[in-house]
Amino acid sequence: MEYTEKVMDHFMNPRNVGEIPDADGIGEVGNAKCGDIMKMYLKIENDVIVDCKFKTFGCASAIATSSMATELIKGKKVSEAVELSNKAVVEALDGLPPQKIHCSVLAEEAIKAALADYYKKQGREIDFETGCDGCCDHCGKA
Amino acid sequence: MAEKFIYADNAATTRVIDEVKQEMLPYFTECYGNPSSLYGKGRDAKHALDSARGRIANIIGCDAGELYFTSGGTESDNWAIKGVAAANVNKGKHIITTKIEHPAVLNSLKALEKQGYEVTYLDVYENGIVRPEDLRAALRDDTVLVAVMFANNEIGTIQPIKELAAIAHERKAVFFTDAVQALAHVDINVGELGVDLMSMSGHKIHAPRGIGALYIRKGTRIANLIDGGGQESRRRSGTENVPGAIGMARALEYMTSPEGLAKREEIRALRDKLCDLLLKIPNSRLNGDRYNRLPGNLNVSFEFIEGESLILWLDSFGICASTGSACSTASLDPSHVLLAIGLPHEKAHGSLRLTLDIDNTDEDVEYIADCTAKVVDKLRQMSPLYEDYLKNNK
Repeated sequence: MEYTEKVMDHFMNPRNVGEIPDADGIGEVGNAKCGDIMKMYLKIENDVIVDCKFKTFGCASAIATSSMATELIKGKKVSEAVELSNKAVVEALDGLPPQKIHCSVLAEEAIKAALADYYKKQGREIDFETGCDGCCDHCGKA
Repeated sequence: MAEKFIYADNAATTRVIDEVKQEMLPYFTECYGNPSSLYGKGRDAKHALDSARGRIANIIGCDAGELYFTSGGTESDNWAIKGVAAANVNKGKHIITTKIEHPAVLNSLKALEKQGYEVTYLDVYENGIVRPEDLRAALRDDTVLVAVMFANNEIGTIQPIKELAAIAHERKAVFFTDAVQALAHVDINVGELGVDLMSMSGHKIHAPRGIGALYIRKGTRIANLIDGGGQESRRRSGTENVPGAIGMARALEYMTSPEGLAKREEIRALRDKLCDLLLKIPNSRLNGDRYNRLPGNLNVSFEFIEGESLILWLDSFGICASTGSACSTASLDPSHVLLAIGLPHEKAHGSLRLTLDIDNTDEDVEYIADCTAKVVDKLRQMSPLYEDYLKNNK
């Protein structure tokens, strides 16, 4: 199994690691049993994602996909960010090994969970899919 | 700065040492005959093969006629298990093993389960060691085989083989031990141990891949696994790997020579030092028994981080190591061995296996400890589990 240079770059030099204390939306997905947890923090002003930070427990691809996902939505409008797909994350990383695709799904879900949290705080209707895609059989949601 | 390179994954495979390579070389280009051929070049190859067999038999304490060369540990494990099961089916179809065997053993047994055999998997408890009373309780009249590995490949724990073999024999069960990890790292005399079968591999002891052996005690009923031209006393067909056999003999001789035995103690001391250094990292734990383990084996878990990330970071520092994390494999579950000793999934995901050997130095150990501490801290800084832990312990 080999990672692309982009995956290794985002793994070794992850962008946007950290927390946002006064975040407008926070999302956490995955569980320790599966070996992946991603937590996303969003700072949103006028429906634009002005800052995005993450913390991830997991393998190299979990860290790289988190990092890339934050890069892809930073500066975007909320309405654009909800369209983020795991495919876009995989493509931006020049591909992932087949057994690691679930990490990109988790990254997409972490972003969406944070966006859903923002919507909820705003009292807005959540009009996008947020559920777990059933990436593994441990979390019980599959 | 010169690129550092530290190989600390000797349980995966080892470097072929120079004297092994040198002794093997003529058997590729000069003494290349087929040992079955009647002319001189064939006879020379046959003599070489017989001498390699005798040298290994001498070290493990058996007759040369009880040692059969194979392609490696996996074949030896398959042969021992499937061969004994097939040849003793009149006695029964029950086999006893442990939860921490190598996949070559576990998957051979799974294949037998599909054919109607029943397998009992013994617990190994927190220290990773089988309790003889558990074996005694599991034995039945229809138990044909007991398969317990000599030393574990992940956590290095050494099983009480002599005692277990005696208990198996009380109930007329054949006793097989997979000694692939133990060979050359602990003293082994098959006669004293009383085992009926023992598998061995060359590439774990500084010989090349593609050579292994199975010790079969005289009188043990076992069917063939590989049929063909009748080599290895009609028990294991296939043109013999003469250079491999020579290399395996030489490697085993080196590892059990006074120099090799002195190295073994140096390795043990280095491992102990590395263990102490790594356990200084907060929220770490040693997996497996502290003392009753292979001299070079160390297996430590670090909470809040995942093993694949750790391994890739260590690789960037020039350190080769391995992990029992699920993310290092195609499966979703972490190491069956770490789960068997009672580790929760999240701690098994954060495991690091370092296996030291003759090339490792004191400097290596300090460098490994230093880099590991840095990497663990780096990964924890980005781990939401660590964040939660810090908040809860304020």
